[in-house]
Amino acid sequence: MSAGIDPARDTHATEGTGVPIRFRVYRRKAGDRAGHFDEFALEVAPDTTVLDALVAIRTRLDPTLMLRHSCFHASCGTCGMRVNDAEVMACVTKVLDLGTPRVKVEPIANGALLGDLATDMVDFYARLAAIGRALVRNSEWLPSSELPPGIEAHNRYESCIECGLCLSACPVVATDARYLGPAALAAAERAIGEPRGLDPGFILNLIDDPQGAWRCHAAFECTEACPSEVDPAGAIMALRRRAAGARLRSIIRRRT
Amino acid sequence: MSGSSSAPHVVIVGGGGTGGALAHDLVLRGLRVTLVERGELTSGTTGRHHGLLHCGARYAVKDRESAVECIEENRILRAIAPGSFELNDGLFVAITDEDAAYEPLFFESCLASGIPARRVGRAEALRLEPNLNPELRCAVQVPDGTMDAMRMPLRFFATAKLNGATIKPYTEAVAMTMRAGAGRAVAGVEVLDRASGARYEIGADLVVNAGGPWAEKIAALAGVEVPIQPSPGVLVAVRGRYANMVINRLHASGDGDIVVPQREISVIGTSSWLADDPDHLTVPADHVAKMISEGSAMIPALASAAVRATWSAARPLIGERGATSGRELSRTFKCFDHAPEGVEGFVTISGGKATTLRAMAEAAADVVCAKLGIEAACRTREYVLSPHTAYYA
Repeated sequence: MSAGIDPARDTHATEGTGVPIRFRVYRRKAGDRAGHFDEFALEVAPDTTVLDALVAIRTRLDPTLMLRHSCFHASCGTCGMRVNDAEVMACVTKVLDLGTPRVKVEPIANGALLGDLATDMVDFYARLAAIGRALVRNSEWLPSSELPPGIEAHNRYESCIECGLCLSACPVVATDARYLGPAALAAAERAIGEPRGLDPGFILNLIDDPQGAWRCHAAFECTEACPSEVDPAGAIMALRRRAAGARLRSIIRRRT
Repeated sequence: MSGSSSAPHVVIVGGGGTGGALAHDLVLRGLRVTLVERGELTSGTTGRHHGLLHCGARYAVKDRESAVECIEENRILRAIAPGSFELNDGLFVAITDEDAAYEPLFFESCLASGIPARRVGRAEALRLEPNLNPELRCAVQVPDGTMDAMRMPLRFFATAKLNGATIKPYTEAVAMTMRAGAGRAVAGVEVLDRASGARYEIGADLVVNAGGPWAEKIAALAGVEVPIQPSPGVLVAVRGRYANMVINRLHASGDGDIVVPQREISVIGTSSWLADDPDHLTVPADHVAKMISEGSAMIPALASAAVRATWSAARPLIGERGATSGRELSRTFKCFDHAPEGVEGFVTISGGKATTLRAMAEAAADVVCAKLGIEAACRTREYVLSPHTAYYA
C-alpha cells in the first residue's frame, strides 16, 4: 500500500470495494497442446480497467500470467485483447462498464502467441513493413493556430497505435494469412496521401492485388475495432477507388 | 558488432528505457549483453510517462544540473532518434500575476542553462494557441517536444538486438548467484522464464540493476540497499487535441502543470507523492480532479473534455526516506557501485527521467567498463537508432 494515500480513495482499486467480478483468463504456455481458462476473483471500483485487474491478478494471485502493457492510456497499443468476445484496449475498458459479473479475457486473434495474453507482434509488423510506413507526418495542425517563428510545420504521430485489434477482428485475416490486412492497407492509404519520400506508384501497385485492397469483404469489423479512429475499412475503400482510377487512366492512355 | 565470445558478459535486470539504452551502449563498446525483464519491455515506468521530451526549462530555476542534462539530451535524441518525436516545441504560460512575476527569473534561468527560450506576448500566445486561457499574462517558448513513450525507448532495444544483445522479456530475476570463496561477489542471475516455466541461471561478469522504482527490490536480491524512493504521480488523458505545443504552467514546479498533446489526445500531468511499493499504485480521486482543474487553468476546454484514461506512474527518485512529497528530490540520476558495501560485480543505475535515458546509460556503462577493465569510448551520442519496428524483425 502507498504511504500517504488512503486506498479507499483509489478509483482503480482491485480489492475492498465490494463489487465482485470473476475473471476468466485465457492461459497457454509454450509447449501446451491447447489453451484453457483460469478463474480469478477481484473486487473492482468504478474506474478499474481490465488492465488494472489483470495487473492485480499477476501481482497478487498468479505471477506467471503473461500480458503486454506499457502506457495505460491507449497510446502504445500493447494491451489490445479480446474481452467478452470484443476487440478492446484493456487499459481504457472499465470492468463495470462491461455490465457482466463474469469477464472473459483472451489474446487477440490471428497472431502467434508468446504465452497467455501476450501476442507475438512479428506478423503484424511484417505486414506493415511492406508499406514502409513512417512514424510521423507533417500535416494536420490545429487550423485556427499560427505557427511560431522557428517552426516550419508542426508534425504529428500517425493515429495508428499498432495494436493489432483490426487484424484480430478481420474475418478475412482469419482465413487468409497472405492478405495484407487492414492495418497495412490503412498505412498504405496514408502513405499514398502523404508519401514523404515513399513511391506512391509502388504502394498503389502493391495494394492493387488480389491479396491487397481487393481481398477485403467490406465487413467493417476493423473500423469497429480500431481504438484510435483510423478507419481502416474507409481507407481500403479509398484505395480501391484510387486503384480503379489508375487502371482507368492507364486504359485511356493506351487508347489515345 | 557484438562482443566476441571472450568479451565480458553483462546482465542487465530491468527492461525500461534505461536498461534498453544501457544494452545499446554496452554492445557498442564490445561487451556481451543479456537483458532480462519480468514483463513486456517498457511495462514499468517508462511507457507510463506523459511523453514529454524535456528541454529542461521546468528545472532551470531550481535544479540547474537537471536542466543542463535535459537540453543536452534533448538535442542528442532528436539527432539519433529521428521520427520518434513530434517536433512541436513547448510554451510556458503565466496565468496569474504571481506567475508573471516569476517570468524574468524563469526566462533568465533558461538562457543560463543553455535552453533556447523566446518571450511571447499575450496576443501572440493566443494566436499561436487559441485554446489557451485568455487571462494569460505572457508566455515563453522553449524546445520541448512530444515523444512516443514506448516506441522511442524501444528503438534502443531494437538497435541493441541488431548489434548482438540478447533481450529476454517475460524473464524475471528471482535471485542473484554469488561466487564461491572469500568476499561476496555476484556471479549471475537466477531467472524464471514465464513463457516456459523454466528456472535457470545466467552467468555474468557483472550485473546491472536498472529496475527504476523497482531498484530496491532487485538490490535486495544481492543483499544491498539503494536509496531509491518510488514517487508516483497521477496522469489524465483526455480525448481531443487542444494545442500544438506542449503547454506548461510558468510557475515553480507544482502539481498539474503540464498538458502534453499526443496524436489526437492530451495528457495532463502530474501529481507527486511517495509510495513504498511500485507494484501497488493507487489512482486517488482527488488527484484526478486536481489534474483536470489545474490543466483547465491553462486550457479551459479541458474542464469539459471526455476523459480517456487515468493512471499512475512511479518515478524512481534518488533520496533518503523522510522526504515528504518527492518534489524536493533531485530529478538527476546516479550510478551506484556496490563494491564499497561489500558486494562486487553489482551496479545500480537509477533516478533520472525519460529524456535522460541515454545519458544514464552512458554513465552506467562508464562504471561497468571501468570495473571490468575495458577501455572503450561511448558511441551512443552519434549512433542513429534503428526504427522501433526493427525490434520485431
